[in-house]
Amino acid sequence: MSEPTTAGEQGGLSRRRVLGWLGAGTAGALAGGAAGGLIGRATADDATGTVPAAHGAVPFTGAHQAGIVTPAQDRLHFVAFDVVTDDREELVEVLKAWTEAARRMTAGRDAGPEGAVAGSPHAPPDDTGEAIDLPPSELTLTIGFGPTLFTSADGVDRFGLAARRPAHLSELPPFPGDQLDPATSGGDLCIQACANDPQVAVHAVRNLVRLGAGVVSVRWSQLGFGRTSSTTADQVTPRNLFGFKDGTNNLKAEDPSGLDRFVWVDPADSGGDWLAGGSYLVTRRIRMLIEPWDTSSLREQEQTIGRAKGSGAPLGQRGEFDAVDFTARVDGGFAVPETSHVFLAHPTNAGTAILRRGYSFVDGSDGLGRLDAGMFFIAFQRDPETGFVQVQRNLRADALNEYIRHTSSAVFACPPGVRDDGDWWGRALFAG
Amino acid sequence: MSLPDHRPALLPALALAGLTIALTAACGGSDETAGGETPADTIAVAAGDDACEVDATEIPAGTHEFEVTNEGSRVTEFYVYAEGDRVMGEVENIAPGLTRSLLVELPAGEYETACKPGMVGDGIRSPLTVTGESAQLSEDESLAGAAVDYQRYVQSQTAALTERTAAFADAVRAGDVEGAKALYPVARTYWERIEPVAEIFGDLDPLIDGREGDQEEGQDFTGFHRIEKALWETGDISGMGPYADRLQQDVAEIVALADETTLDPLQLANGAKALLDEVATGKITGEEDRYSHTDLWDFAANLEGSQAAVQALRPYLEEADPELVAEIDERFAETEAELGQYRAGDGWVLHDQLTQDQLKGLSDSITALTESVSRVAAVVADR
Ligand code: HEM
Repeated sequence: MSEPTTAGEQGGLSRRRVLGWLGAGTAGALAGGAAGGLIGRATADDATGTVPAAHGAVPFTGAHQAGIVTPAQDRLHFVAFDVVTDDREELVEVLKAWTEAARRMTAGRDAGPEGAVAGSPHAPPDDTGEAIDLPPSELTLTIGFGPTLFTSADGVDRFGLAARRPAHLSELPPFPGDQLDPATSGGDLCIQACANDPQVAVHAVRNLVRLGAGVVSVRWSQLGFGRTSSTTADQVTPRNLFGFKDGTNNLKAEDPSGLDRFVWVDPADSGGDWLAGGSYLVTRRIRMLIEPWDTSSLREQEQTIGRAKGSGAPLGQRGEFDAVDFTARVDGGFAVPETSHVFLAHPTNAGTAILRRGYSFVDGSDGLGRLDAGMFFIAFQRDPETGFVQVQRNLRADALNEYIRHTSSAVFACPPGVRDDGDWWGRALFAG
Repeated sequence: MSLPDHRPALLPALALAGLTIALTAACGGSDETAGGETPADTIAVAAGDDACEVDATEIPAGTHEFEVTNEGSRVTEFYVYAEGDRVMGEVENIAPGLTRSLLVELPAGEYETACKPGMVGDGIRSPLTVTGESAQLSEDESLAGAAVDYQRYVQSQTAALTERTAAFADAVRAGDVEGAKALYPVARTYWERIEPVAEIFGDLDPLIDGREGDQEEGQDFTGFHRIEKALWETGDISGMGPYADRLQQDVAEIVALADETTLDPLQLANGAKALLDEVATGKITGEEDRYSHTDLWDFAANLEGSQAAVQALRPYLEEADPELVAEIDERFAETEAELGQYRAGDGWVLHDQLTQDQLKGLSDSITALTESVSRVAAVVADR
């Protein structure tokens, strides 16, 4: 999957913007501190032909897994599993069954061959049925393998995979301020289900969980109700729960050289024999402290992010997609504060780039009357160390830290795309 | 895989059912041998705390009487299992010093005998070979046999249920709190093993096993859980005599009904699944025995009951879907192993002492087992 696939969305993609993005090259951004491609990007307001929410099918097979540069869908159901068997064959059987079910469900079909209502009246249906009559809704299912699949936390090589573990796949280091809950962190496997209809995403996860019974056990899962990033140039930038446009300056589908450099694992990279064309997925459940944020001044909010709340423009600039200029001055001081999120996260200062694909969540309230809300942060990168970890280290002094708490963490290696009808998730890892 | 023949092949199914019912009347845990059926021989079984000596290892096909003497210090049980732990016959509840006999008809095949001192676990096992001709059963015959098989199981349980409930009720009436507490989970074991049958008698089940708050407006809270509450919450059972009487009456009534009931194969399959749902919704959550926290006794009993129902269908399933049988066997074994970690003496760890992780392990294994067992009904129905 390297292109947006919905006709409606392609219609909204102007040549001018495509060219702008192709010319961007994050290398340029790194060197010059200004992504040239951003300049050509139209603002959300004049994006023509934007479809509200697309309901078609995203191809399941391809060089890369869908769900990474696929135009970020509106809804997420993310699930992490523990493998509860030591039997490699059982695990492989589940991966094969999952692949078949994923192939069907992403095409808008039932999870199993019989379907929700066509099987024996005495048998439990092989599809749970809540997606009957719903369109594919751009469902993507993306699988990842956690470090503990290769070597368990207590050092056991359960599936004979230890030798195939890529050097870059290890637990993330601790960061200052982390408040991680081990029960909702980590996992041997993960599946990211994204769709434009929440019921379609939940249906997919639920049916995969069922197929895995006895072999995998849900460790934790997370629902996300609104995307907080754009992964293609023609998408309108959404707002996160702090009310700011999020995803303006992201690695996007239209920048293949940036993706090759920062997102896709290269055949020459460690583990490239099975992971080339794949990517590393980092998740962080980040609680956003809504109440203190809401009572902080607009100025404080904008200084914290480094962009204007209304337009999304970098401070000191006018349009959302204007290049960030860290030399710009306002009233004698720098327009973009050195402690602002954008200042510290921007490739110029972080020295790297990641593809962000997170979602907002509200998991009810916390018992003290405060919203248990935040961002389920998802980043894809070629190497977690030079991706998320490097950026997150640079965010040590981030003013935003006062308003957020990281409560869970996980890292997974996502294999390349499923090639054809005979291929299955993890084949190169298990069969190779 | 070749199956031992579980039934005389020459008799037509109907006559066959009649014969086996006559037999089961005698083997429901009773001390007498059946009138009309003359056992080929009597096989002595010496059941100790660590030994189970069966006086024969090879016997001819036919009806045999096992005479089980409990030489140990704990209450014991004796089983004859066919492949996959399908119960061919059992005597429950043999107190130390007592001898009880079991009359069982065994077609040619490989079996295992087991004593279960303390009435928990896999028991002390020995192989038993039954020689003779074995014949292939038709599908209809093996399904008809399932009902009879399971009825035999129910009757063995109801006999023990009656006795154990009486002992429990006696302790309650005598004001013996500790005695009653010890008997509570044991009496319930026999109840929980056959719940799918009990549930057929809709109005009795809530009277015996209703939880507080489940009653209809104006209906009294009665049964096991009423007494459980008094035993564990206040320790004052002075007012529980009438509830003990009532429990005993209701149990007697349901036992009389259950003994007469045969479940058809589909009911058996659904019952096996329903028992696992009981575990998932009531026992893992600790809702069932919310005062005593003895939920794992009920868990084990539901599991055994579910397995008995599946095993009754086994001869048919072995032919119709051997892969499913293998999967179910494996998952029953996994669940037993998971549960087995929480054995404490002759009983189980209390529910409120289990960690979230431990409960999750139990839950995972039940979820997987239920996925497999839920497929049995269609295999039976799609014949
Ligand atoms: C709840 C937590 C967070 C919030 C509310 C948040 C919000 C934002 C906002 C509003 C922007 C500006 C719009 C844009 O360029 O997309 C932004 C940019 C960015 N954020 Fe975050 N963010 C959060 C966490 C993180 C984390 C944990 C990382 C990585 C470790 C990160 C990395 C970035 C990067 C790389 C950019 C682009 C900066 C640029 O190139 O100008 N963010 N974020």
